Amino acid sequence: MTKYISSSINHCILLMGLIIMIVPVWIIFASSTHTSLFINTNGLQFFLGDNFIENYSRVLFKQSGFFNEITAFKMFFNSFVMATGIATLSVITSLMAAYGLVYFKIKYATIIFWLIFITLLVPLELRIMPSYIVMSKLNLVNTFAGLILPISASAIATFFFRQFYKSIPDELLEAAKLDGTSSWRFFIDFLVPLSKTMIAVVFIFMFVFGYNQYLWPLIMTTSEQYWTVVMGLKTMYGSISDRFAFVIMSMIPPVVIIIFLQKLFIQGIFQNK
Amino acid sequence: MSFLELQNITKIYPNGTKAVNETSLNIDNGEFVVFVGPSGCGKSTLLRMIAGLEDITSGEISLDGNIINNIDPSERDVAMVFQNYALYPHMSVFNNMSYGLKNRGISKDEIKNKVNDVAKLLEIDQLLIRKPSVLSGGQRQRVAMGRAIVRNPKIFLFDEPLSNLDAKLRNQMRLEIKKLQRQMGVTSIFVTHDQTEAMTLGDRIVVINNGVVEQVGTPKEIYSKPNTKFVAEFIGSPQMNLFQCKIENGFAKISDMQINLNNSLNIQDACIGVRPDDILISDQGEYSSSANLVEYLGSDMIIYSSVGGQEFSCKLSSKINLKAGDNFKFNISPSVLHIFDNTSGQRV
Repeated sequence: MTKYISSSINHCILLMGLIIMIVPVWIIFASSTHTSLFINTNGLQFFLGDNFIENYSRVLFKQSGFFNEITAFKMFFNSFVMATGIATLSVITSLMAAYGLVYFKIKYATIIFWLIFITLLVPLELRIMPSYIVMSKLNLVNTFAGLILPISASAIATFFFRQFYKSIPDELLEAAKLDGTSSWRFFIDFLVPLSKTMIAVVFIFMFVFGYNQYLWPLIMTTSEQYWTVVMGLKTMYGSISDRFAFVIMSMIPPVVIIIFLQKLFIQGIFQNK
Repeated sequence: MSFLELQNITKIYPNGTKAVNETSLNIDNGEFVVFVGPSGCGKSTLLRMIAGLEDITSGEISLDGNIINNIDPSERDVAMVFQNYALYPHMSVFNNMSYGLKNRGISKDEIKNKVNDVAKLLEIDQLLIRKPSVLSGGQRQRVAMGRAIVRNPKIFLFDEPLSNLDAKLRNQMRLEIKKLQRQMGVTSIFVTHDQTEAMTLGDRIVVINNGVVEQVGTPKEIYSKPNTKFVAEFIGSPQMNLFQCKIENGFAKISDMQINLNNSLNIQDACIGVRPDDILISDQGEYSSSANLVEYLGSDMIIYSSVGGQEFSCKLSSKINLKAGDNFKFNISPSVLHIFDNTSGQRV
């Protein structure tokens, strides 16, 4: 009986947390399915309206921006390319950096690692001018490469992979050596598959990090063609229901990525494999 | 079938620790040699140097007459079974066994045949598609063995492969390893700290202590004629009784007990050893003592007693009726005595 009561209390608390998080999102979603006129006269809505398809298709393909050169659809595409690029490159660079630091007899590996780690103390905002100057000298302003490259190395991801590699027993490398594997093949055949769950975690974190970038793309792009969703949120004009629809759509890509990688993500977080 | 020769092998770690000191050893074709010694004596280091996983500070290792000091582990053609098996956790049993063959560029059909043959030999052919994480300890052990066998190496190296198994399985695997080695005739080196494993498996045993080879010989030689006090104590269970004594005019004096050595030795500071099963208990015994503790082992029992403050044990059939606190008489024949010089630790 006490077990039943305590489990009920737990569920009530969880349910309340869920409601606190879901209700605002639901109100935005429900309001986005009404016309702006209706919202302006009746306030935010809790129940769905009839204008879902009309509102969303208008927002997605309407030309917007200062010069009407971009659609919301193109912004989603830009954000997706940027976030995927940053996440993919971060995974690759940090996997390799950690491999070098742990498995090769580098004399000052620990010092090098801490130097990499210290870069965590230097946020992007602090190095935004030098980064911009480097990118502009390389003629990478208004390109995806310019958006992606300066933020595609992650100290925290390198740290995660390094700690993980250190937990792999040496015998595995020794057995593989006796089986005639090369350094490159050991990386591809062993470390990459063994780090699968860690890769999922790092990928999701870096995807969300890249997707949420605002200041960097704002500085790196002068053409509306390279606007991202977060920039669009700031500058999106139009009626209130259009803005709500845009907000709801902006949540979709990270949610989709998390749904796809959820199983690996949870295994990676708890490392229970 | 191969011939392995170690010449003055020394290993000094960067922190100055001398793990192996001037070790020389010859191992014949098809021989099963066991390195035995306490933890940290350098036996695993020696094995790892043969495998190529550890650099050699000085000395030479040659295999089939070719020096292999600087040859890459994969090109030495040796296979190793690790203590914790070191199976590849993300690969199936089949892939675990075939990985080394793939790296050698062997065709897929040949790999399949070889792996299947070895899997049948080890009775793991039902497990080929499984991952190591779902296998039991014994099955993992077999897969690790299979991975070594399938490559058909010149030498098998075993680094305490049985220490993670329970007692029953350990005995069973021990027998299987011995049988397999006989069947395949591949030169093998087995490292263990368990003297029973060493005695039962090895054609020859190498007893190592503090990085130095104390004795090399067949199990029988090592047991019946230990060269040093260390070997005498280390080999045999329960361990050999060692008595500190003075030897005068062919008699060993242990407090008021005098043992006739039938030998005219004169050593002030000596140590005599008697195996627990060489102490004969009988009513006509020359010496007497009382049992402090009796351990019942089924067919045998072990009696712990002391003479002149020095403890000793004797092993006898449990049919004899003796309880803790009882007095008993015993005899020690001069022919079963081992005499060691206390200063050098060497057999006299």
